[in-house]
This record gives sequence, C-alpha cells and structure tokens, in this order.
Amino acid sequence: MAEHTHERAHVAGTANDAHHDHHEVGWFKKYFWSTDHKVIAFQYMFTGMFLALIGAFMAYVFRMQLAFPGQPVPGFGVVSPGQYNMLITNHGSIMIFWVAMPVLLAGFGNYLIPLMVGADDMVFPRLNRLSYQIFFLSAIVLLTSLFVQNGGFGGAWTAYPPLSANKLYNLTPYGASMWLIAVALEFVAFLLGGINFIVTSMNSRAPGMKAFDVPIVVWTIVIASILFMASVGPLIAGAIMLLFDQTLGTSFFNPNRGGDPVLWQHLFWFFGHPEVYVVLLPAMGIVAEVMTVFARKKLFAYKTVIYTIIATGVLSFFVWAHHQFVAGIDPRMANVFTVTTVLISIPIAEMCFVYIATLYGGSIRFSVPMLWALAFMAEFLIGGVTGIYLGASGLDIYFHDTYFVVAHFHYTFFPIAVIGVMAGVTFWFPKMFGRYMNEFWGKVHFWGTVIPFNGIFIPLFILGAAGEHRRIFDYKNFPQFNHPWQNDLRIFATVSLLVMLLFQIPFLVNFVWSMFRGPKAPKNPWKSNTLEWTADSPPPHGNWAEMPECHRGPYEYSVPGREQDFWPQNEKA
Amino acid sequence: MKTIATTRSAMGIATGKLAVWWVLVSEIVIFGGVLVSYIMHRLGHPEWAEQAAHTHMWLGAFNTFVLLTSSLSAVLAHQAAEQGNGRKAANLLYLTCLGALTFLGVKSFEWTNEIKEGFTIQAGGFWSYYYTAAGLHAFHVFAGALVMLWVASSAKKNENLHRVENVGIYWHFVDIVWIFLFPLLYIAK
Repeated sequence: MAEHTHERAHVAGTANDAHHDHHEVGWFKKYFWSTDHKVIAFQYMFTGMFLALIGAFMAYVFRMQLAFPGQPVPGFGVVSPGQYNMLITNHGSIMIFWVAMPVLLAGFGNYLIPLMVGADDMVFPRLNRLSYQIFFLSAIVLLTSLFVQNGGFGGAWTAYPPLSANKLYNLTPYGASMWLIAVALEFVAFLLGGINFIVTSMNSRAPGMKAFDVPIVVWTIVIASILFMASVGPLIAGAIMLLFDQTLGTSFFNPNRGGDPVLWQHLFWFFGHPEVYVVLLPAMGIVAEVMTVFARKKLFAYKTVIYTIIATGVLSFFVWAHHQFVAGIDPRMANVFTVTTVLISIPIAEMCFVYIATLYGGSIRFSVPMLWALAFMAEFLIGGVTGIYLGASGLDIYFHDTYFVVAHFHYTFFPIAVIGVMAGVTFWFPKMFGRYMNEFWGKVHFWGTVIPFNGIFIPLFILGAAGEHRRIFDYKNFPQFNHPWQNDLRIFATVSLLVMLLFQIPFLVNFVWSMFRGPKAPKNPWKSNTLEWTADSPPPHGNWAEMPECHRGPYEYSVPGREQDFWPQNEKA
Repeated sequence: MKTIATTRSAMGIATGKLAVWWVLVSEIVIFGGVLVSYIMHRLGHPEWAEQAAHTHMWLGAFNTFVLLTSSLSAVLAHQAAEQGNGRKAANLLYLTCLGALTFLGVKSFEWTNEIKEGFTIQAGGFWSYYYTAAGLHAFHVFAGALVMLWVASSAKKNENLHRVENVGIYWHFVDIVWIFLFPLLYIAK
C-alpha cells in the first residue's frame, strides 16, 4: 500500500511535468530528442517506412531490368550489372534490417510494451533514445554507401566471402566496408532496444499483472528480442572478422591463407535463421491481438501459444545449416538439419491451428485490420509450406539459389513485414493518433496489395521450379531461360509489382490525411481488453494520469453472464 | 526524474542488475562466436601450434593473475557498498581500475614485441585470431574500467551504490572470458 501512495505521488509529478514540458519544449526536443517510448516508436516506424519506400524503389528498378533487359528504367536509366547487384543487395538488407526490424520489433515493441504492461515508459528511457540514434546513424551510413566511389556493396545481403572479403572481387572498396559497419551499428541499436524490451516487460508490469496476463504480442516481441540477443553475437564477431579481412588483411575467411569461407556462412546463418523468427513472432503476436478482438472470442489456448513461441525460439537455433546444403557441409549434418528444419514447422503450424480455432464460432467482423490478419494467415501458410520443400536437403540441392527460394522467402517476409505490419498499423492507428483511418480506402489498399503480391511471386515459383537461377542480370544471355513463356512470366511479375506499388498511394494518402483530418476516435474504439485502450487516444507523456492495475488475462471476450462482450484487464471484478 | 517503470520490480530483481545479466547474455554469444570459430580452426590446423609457441606465456600468466586479483577488489567494493561505505567502495574500484591498467600495459608490451618480431595481424591465421580475440577482450577491459571510474565517482558521494554490484558482475564476466582466452591462445600446443 505504501508503495502505491509512492507511485501515485510519482504519477502526479509526471502528469504535471508532462503538462509543463508541453509548453516549454520545442519541436526538436519533443520529436527528435525525446525519451518518450511513443515518440521513439514513431521515429523507428517512420524511418522504417521511409526506407521501405527506398527498398521498394530498388525492387522496381531491378524488376524492370529483369522484365525489359537493357531498356532504360523510368526514373533510373539503364541499369548496369554492377548497379543491379548493388540494388538487389541493398533491397534485401534494407527490407530486413531497416524495415522489418525497426517497424515490427522496435516500432511496435516501443509503442506497445509499456502501454500493454501498464508502465509509464521503458525502464531505461535514455538508453532507448540512444538506441534510435544509433539506428538512425546506421541508416545514414547505409544510404551514404550507395553514393561512394564504385557504388554500394553488391555481394548479396548474405555477404559471402571471398566475394565480400576482397575488393578485387567485389569491386566496391568502400561500399562493402560501409555496408558491414552499417549492419553492425544496427545490431548495437537493437541490442540496446532489446534489453529495454525484456527488462521492461519482466520488471515493470502493472500491479497484479502476472506473466500469464501479458498479451501475446508482448510475449512475442520479448521472445524475439531474446532470440535476437542470443543469436546476433556470432554475426557481430563475424562482422568484425570480415571487416578486418577487408581492411587489415587478416585471413579468417581467405582459403589461400588457411582461412575458411564457409565459416562466415555458419556465423551468418546462426544469426540469419533465428532472425526470420525475430520478425515473424511479433507479426504473429499482432495477428493474435487483432483476431481475438474482431472475432470477439477468447484466444484459444493462450498458454499453448506461449509454449509454441518458446519452442519455435529454441528450435530456430538448430536449423541454420539448411542454408548450406550445397556449400559442402558433411552430408550427415544435412540429415540432422533436415530433421530440425521440418520439426520447426510443428510449433508454427500449431500456432496457425490455434488462430483458426480462435476464429471458429466467433462473431467475426471483416474490418480492415481483420482482413490483414486473415490474409497474413493465408499468405504465410504458402511461405511456410514451400519451406518444407527447401528444408528437405534432397530437394534443396535442386532448388538452391533458384527463384523458388526467392518466392518462398518473400511469401514469408511479405506477410510479416507488410501484411502483419498493416494489421498492426490499422488496428492501433486510433490509439496512436486519436483518429480513425478511412475504412473504404483501407479496403482498396488491402485488395490492391494482396492480389498483386500473389501476382508477383506465384510466377517466380513457377520460374524457379523450372530451374531459373537467381542473381542473373540479363536472361537473354542464357537460352535455356529465355523462352517466351519465361519472359512472359517475368513481365507479369513486374507488372504486378507496378500495380502493387500504385496501390500504396491510397494508403499513404489515407494515413497522412487520417492523422490530421480523420474522425476522432474514443479511448477504446474496438472494445478491446488490453491496457493500452484504457489510456487516452493518443496517450500523453507518462501514458496515464493514474497508473492502471491488472485484474485478469487479456482475452476475456464474450464471457457468459456479462452484459458486455469484453472485460478490460483493469476493471475490478 | 525517474520513470515509474524504472522503479518497479515485478520479478524481485533490481532493474539494473537484470539489464546487466541480459548484456552478458549478448556478450557471451559474441565471444562464443569468436572462440568457437578459433577452436574449430585450430583443430583443423595443428601447424598453428608453432605460431602459438611465439606468444609470451609467462606474461600472459602474469596478466591472468592481475585480472583475477582485480576481481577480488571488485568483490570487496561490492561488500563495502552493501555496508553503505561509498568511499571505501570507490577506493576499491579505483584499485580494480589499476589492475585493468596493468593488464592493458602488459598487453601493449607483449604486442609491441610481437609486432617487432614480425608477428603482425597479417602474419597468418593464428595471429588473426590472436589479435582479434585478445583485442576484443582488451576493448572490454578498457570499457569496463571507464564505467568503473564513472560508478566510483558517484559511489564516492554515497550515490547509486547499487551500481557497484552491477559493474562487478560485468567485471567477473571480463575475467571469465580471459580464463578461456589465456589457455586457448597461449598454452594450447
């Protein structure tokens, strides 16, 4: 009780301070130098969205080159082979490290964790600010690297040596090192952020909130942060070693001098595969929140979901070598990694079944966030199922480095980084900005994104299954890949991409317009249970005038005997 | 002004201490990556033992002794902080920093000699690992000493005494890494 009064006293102080600050603090301090977790979340989100536009532009340029080789691309000009390599490399790096990670993990993590666990901020607000600043610096280094002499790095986002280690091979003396430095800085930023996420949700939960009262999305972001933290170390070590190979002339990865290039592949994929789940899990969590709210039903088997998240996390550390079946690893290892890879589909499939069971018998509303959540399930399923083909070492030897792989991981990453993010953005928009987004244009954007997405990547599955190798600049030089039907499929994929990009315009307009002009939203527009909906929309600095307490789990929807079909976590019994 | 979030402790572990442990989790895998790569390489290259014989084992042993002893003063600093004696804790932390300084001094002496003898970082696989792994560790010693000075400066005024334990936990980790590095780089033949 004493602790409570103490807290209230703090609260009064915070509220006054926030009010006070509002008048004195200038734009720079409020939006650029802030320690408020919500502002930092927006910084991460908007930086991520800006870089997504750059990444999308790169995809547009190289898809145009693939469909119409040698012809000038509007807005870019004729693409040279070096530029092509630079574009695909940086498209991959940006979309994973500077879009999926900042938006899903840092953006939603920063915004949701304190609000959902009922805290006024992160436990280390200044560390949090530093995290974004380092991230911002990393983005600047990466973007600058595109304009240095000989252009940005072109050795693919996996940066395999010897190509990446020697400037005589990659021809980008500055771009390659700057790419590595940018990636390393980005990791430091996320380590700082991750420590904040984990400690905040472990230690700063609202009074009464037990571990199993924490919403799924917080669980997924925290487990993703732990996965990141436990897997990125070898790659940080590897990045230092590769940087030394590039600049100091060490011989870690140089086979001529006793080094081993395959070592880099181990270090990279030991991180690289858990990384897939680092971004997948937050998206899964967002989908869980959206589905329970718009099915008005308790999440089916809450604890099972948590155990499957943990199982996914643990298993994800034992699958990395499935990226190296053709790299010359021991065939006995290939057997082991085939088994672990196929095993990991069990917890993921279980999660999907749990979500379907949540929908079963619910009263489903097809609002925009719900459409995105359902699309996530449908599209990710295709990505997951094709993963089983690639995880089997026998088939992978045939599929390796074909467009089948490209289509497969886009069917996982696109649902994660676009569809899952859109579910989250449209769902929490009223909380973030205090206004509703337009429903009609939201649906236009939804259909205009999901249909062309399949139009891009289903042709690539077909091309890949026919043996089309990736990383080829101009297929005219390869008669076996230059049949009319293959060129038609390439053009179809490119046109689908153009259509999809055009349909992002209504989203951007809707987003910006609704931020300022949309109809005002109340505190709890979707009638949800979790704590963030008890704060004002948008929440002020410090989030609540009076800190909430927690009395029950997050998914008590349609409880029999209650007048309302929801039961907020903070409501006294 | 502290946020409420920082003052809460739902797990019953102080927030700062919890964070230090998570920092160590990420550090373990960083050094783990270097060490496992080195061990795998070393097993594949028995001829590296010849190169390793050029390291100064006794200087390394002396440094091991210095670093382990500095952990003792870090523990004593924690004890003093528990008793609320900030000045004593600060002095013991300064002593720990002195250990760190000695360690780095000896290390620079070793490296200077080795470089003079032609064993630079480019001299082959073993030396690549030798300088990178020990350099990464030395960087942690240096950073830890800086943090310790900062903690000591506030502990002197009896402020933020809980940080003495946190920096001590980190210092033990730096020690443990060296306990792996010393035999692997200096002794293994």
